[in-house]
Amino acid sequence: MEGLPILSLMMLVPLAGALACLFAGANAARWIALGATLVTFVLGVVLWSNYQIGGPQWQFTERAELFAGFSWALGIDGIALMLIMLSVFLMPVCILASWDSVKKRVGEYLAAFLVMETLMIGTFAAQDLFLFYVFFEAGLIPMYLIIGVWGGDNRIYASYKFFLYTLFGSVLMLIAMFWMVAEAGTSDIPTLMQYGFPPAAQTWLWLAFFASFAVKVPMWPFHTWLPDAHVQAPTAGSVILAGVLLKLGGYGFIRFSLPMFPEASAQFAWLVFTLSMIAVVYTSLVALVQSDMKKLIAYSSVAHMAIVTVGLFAFNVQGLEGAMIVMLSHGLVSAALFLCVGVIYDRLHTREIARYGGLAINMPYYALFFLLFTMASIGLPGTSGFVGEFLSLAGIYQTSSLVALVCTTGIILGAAYMLYLYRRVAFGGQVNEDAAAMRDISVREWAMMAPIAASVLWMGVYPESFLAPMRADIAVLDARLAAAAPAGDAALAAGAPRAEAANALPEHASAKEGAH
Amino acid sequence: MHTILIIVFAPLVAALIAGLGNRMIGNVAAKSLTTGALLLSAGLSWPIFLGYIGGTETAEVVQVLKWVESGTLTFDWALRVDTLTAIMLVVINSVSALVHLYSWGYMEDDPDQPRFFAYLSLFTFAMLMLVTADNLVQMFFGWEGVGLASYLLIGFWFKKPSAGAAAIKAFVVNRVGDLGFMLGIFGTYLVFQTTSIPEILAEAPAMSGSTITFVGMRLYTMDILCILLFIGAMGKSAQLGLHTWLPDAMEGPTPVSALIHAATMVTAGVFMLCRLSPMFETAPTALMIVTVVGAATCFFAATIGTTQWDIKRVIAYSTCSQLGYMFFAAGVGGYGVAMFHLFTHAFFKALLFLGAGSVIHAMHHEQDMRYYGGLRKAIPFTFYAMLAGTLAITGLGVYHLGVGFAGFWSKDAVLEIAFARGTQISVTAFWLGVVAALLTSFYSWRLMFLTFWGKPRWIESEHIQHSVHKTPAEAGEDTTGGYHPHESPVSMLIPLGVLTIGAVAAGQVFAPKFLDDAAFWAGSIFYNEPLIHAMHAVPYWVKYSALIVMLLGFAGAYTAYIAKPHIPARFVATFPALHNFVYRKWYFDELYDAIFVKPAFWLGRQFWKLGDIGTIDRFGPNGIAWVVDRSAVAAKSIQSGHLNTYALIMLLGLVAAVTFVLL
Repeated sequence: MEGLPILSLMMLVPLAGALACLFAGANAARWIALGATLVTFVLGVVLWSNYQIGGPQWQFTERAELFAGFSWALGIDGIALMLIMLSVFLMPVCILASWDSVKKRVGEYLAAFLVMETLMIGTFAAQDLFLFYVFFEAGLIPMYLIIGVWGGDNRIYASYKFFLYTLFGSVLMLIAMFWMVAEAGTSDIPTLMQYGFPPAAQTWLWLAFFASFAVKVPMWPFHTWLPDAHVQAPTAGSVILAGVLLKLGGYGFIRFSLPMFPEASAQFAWLVFTLSMIAVVYTSLVALVQSDMKKLIAYSSVAHMAIVTVGLFAFNVQGLEGAMIVMLSHGLVSAALFLCVGVIYDRLHTREIARYGGLAINMPYYALFFLLFTMASIGLPGTSGFVGEFLSLAGIYQTSSLVALVCTTGIILGAAYMLYLYRRVAFGGQVNEDAAAMRDISVREWAMMAPIAASVLWMGVYPESFLAPMRADIAVLDARLAAAAPAGDAALAAGAPRAEAANALPEHASAKEGAH
Repeated sequence: MHTILIIVFAPLVAALIAGLGNRMIGNVAAKSLTTGALLLSAGLSWPIFLGYIGGTETAEVVQVLKWVESGTLTFDWALRVDTLTAIMLVVINSVSALVHLYSWGYMEDDPDQPRFFAYLSLFTFAMLMLVTADNLVQMFFGWEGVGLASYLLIGFWFKKPSAGAAAIKAFVVNRVGDLGFMLGIFGTYLVFQTTSIPEILAEAPAMSGSTITFVGMRLYTMDILCILLFIGAMGKSAQLGLHTWLPDAMEGPTPVSALIHAATMVTAGVFMLCRLSPMFETAPTALMIVTVVGAATCFFAATIGTTQWDIKRVIAYSTCSQLGYMFFAAGVGGYGVAMFHLFTHAFFKALLFLGAGSVIHAMHHEQDMRYYGGLRKAIPFTFYAMLAGTLAITGLGVYHLGVGFAGFWSKDAVLEIAFARGTQISVTAFWLGVVAALLTSFYSWRLMFLTFWGKPRWIESEHIQHSVHKTPAEAGEDTTGGYHPHESPVSMLIPLGVLTIGAVAAGQVFAPKFLDDAAFWAGSIFYNEPLIHAMHAVPYWVKYSALIVMLLGFAGAYTAYIAKPHIPARFVATFPALHNFVYRKWYFDELYDAIFVKPAFWLGRQFWKLGDIGTIDRFGPNGIAWVVDRSAVAAKSIQSGHLNTYALIMLLGLVAAVTFVLL
């Protein structure tokens, strides 16, 4: 693998595919897009299998000076590797999900997805601060287009909201980046991750980055763009939005905020905790009363991402690793749940929960997949959802039992709204004739769901495959954070054993023995 | 390959093949495969159990696969076998195999049999993972796995709205308990830096005096950890406060009630307490709470059992009540006694449920005992099996003769050990247990008398009316309506027969081992030798109290339902408030609906309408749009909603960035 610029290649393949799509007919474009995403996925597998666990922190590095310190610098650590794998894994699924449902301007639509894939890989692989910024922001343009052109009836309002929030955040982040580069004299991310910014500067730098990342995550109260964006986006748009774009915020925290501004991160940990605690309870309750399937899952995403943010700011290994696994798991599970919505939306053209019912009768395999992803969403052990949630909450418990208690209520509320959804869709009698006449999932839909289902179980039963590549990087981060880490609230104190042993007998009870 | 691997994973493999193969492989293949797997597991479990009885087996752990390693937080998939596990193995696999067999007959006409059998086997696998867990997280895996299977089986007839509702309720109420369990695991890891059960148990005594802060409260470490874990046990074992799901769970098919909601899953909480008994022994306050909750549940559930008409609900409340006995036995330090009651209860309660299923089968799906009566002669085999179950649960036996049904040995031991413990709380638990035993006898005999004695009242039942195509008026004098109940097929009678043997003899045979043999337990639970001696030394009136109240309950039920059947109606008319309070299950459902369910939905709507839309959007994006709209014409054209404009602005931002770098 020496010398092959595999990361650039992975970005180039979808880009070339995008160009081809623009000039191809609808059907040819579909096959080109599927081919390009599959090739990229194969390259991703090659990347993963050649990634050396325990090797150098940054691998597959490429560097080409472009102009004036702005360089084409790529390279990944285990964290970036896992997020790239998530992206390239979901992309072919997105193409399949759009196979029949998108009918207008198919070439442009698929090109938008392929360009987005290039930009997402770039975001996770960028080692130059400005290169990161370019990919980070530009990646959203195809998303605007996907929502705004191929979206639902109220797509303009949704894309406007999406735009406004994002713009607000990125402007502040960009200003902060300028200052950082001026201060440190480099735009090299690995160098900046080691740089000690003065604590006073860290405070406002942290806030500037927070403005951008909190919107992307999204954290309460910057979340209201998400339900609208999801509802209006086509199925594949929702898949990639929930699956990958929401991870940009979490990635930002773990790549920039935590290592570059550890003191400020500790200082603002309680801000993050407070917003996350509100998010878990508030958005879970809001999810409970939704009658639109996509809105419900969108709100559940906000609650799940709050588990990510508390894990990240728990300042320990379990919290960080848990947060990463929640991100990967949520990327798979919420993507799959949106696919589940898409499957029945394609048949009935409504997201109204009440229009369905009794689908377990006429669509048993669909009901089975939906059940698996529902269970993964509520963190049933054996699925990916549990491993992430468990580690993340175990991490935060060490920092604050109060935050852990509030966030763990998410397992109750999550079960309530997801099972309530499942009951209304899959259980009950067949009240609507058209819903009762829907056929079970097709071969194409099997091909979308089965790989995700397998991954969800894999990550749940043997998460070591996913934890191992990230372990060293998280250990490095944890070591960097150690000095700033706030003390846990447990304050375990030893004491003399208590005088009363629990079930020692009082004196009088030692009478003569019976013959029982 | 170690046999435990076959025991645990055979049901999983069978479940996957039957569930995924479903209609492709057909009913008979799915049923044979799952039942065969369970018979295999049961067959392999008994030698292990008998090995522990004979003292030839020793505890061991079989590693399966690495699970999670995150810093110092590591746990693996591993199967632990010791005395405690071996007991659970025979209970789970025997009852499960019998229930599989029974379901051949009971579910004969169901169109969805492979799915049913797959769920049953899946449940068994999860339960086996729970009892073989060597660390708390795998226990939690099994814990949630049985919860999933329970959810699926309660909702098996998902077309019925009530089944879907009951399934959700079971899962969500259990999750409340799981909140405690999870926090308990987190806290345990924080304190001990491990989730391995043997390591925790070894370290626990040293921590008995330590203190810790939990949500701002300074508490004894072991107390708070054990209380959190016990909250989990309360959910799974339907203890007072978190019990509301269990009666509703009767929406599931009756074999499910026998396996999951009587013999195995609901006893998981008791198992957990026993597994962690050395840990709980270091937490006096937590044990006090266990005792109080257990005793309160055993009394409270028994009161409700006396008023219900649905045959399965009576048995469900009975289960709840019997679990209360197990908990207060554990709470006072009698872990072996609790396990013994768990063991015998599994046989006689599964028997009662399967017997009830046989009655329901015979009565064309009618579950209301008001429409039974006189079935003694129509279904004699079921009658004798139920009679054995009733004698077992009411605890017929005579101390001085040294003979008795299964429940006599275990329930009396529970009461005696509570009395022997001698604290104010344990003696109160003893008295509550005695009153509950009286009520148990009353409702059990009430069930028997209403079902098997008296005149048939069948024609009042809508199910029977459907069957014979007659209204009560048309039937006239003949209150049977011409309906002929049939005894169940052999596949259902064999399990009844086998369980009858268990209900009669399990206590007699195994009491010496479970109660008195520290070597049998071999350190798998906390064995309090002096307490066991004290238990045997209680006064005779204590030893006979259970028998006396059993006879009183029998006499009461006989009077009220055979000799003078007008008494119950008159009692209800005289004390309507008391009857309603008990009949309405102490108004728990209404209370929870008012303080949890309705407010949750109300709050959700408020947060959504007033929070998200009314505040965040109004002053956030929409507010900005409004300001921009009013303030500048130029800006207005930017907010045009044209995406290319937005994209252009983004590009301008990028250009600005590049420009900065170039400068």
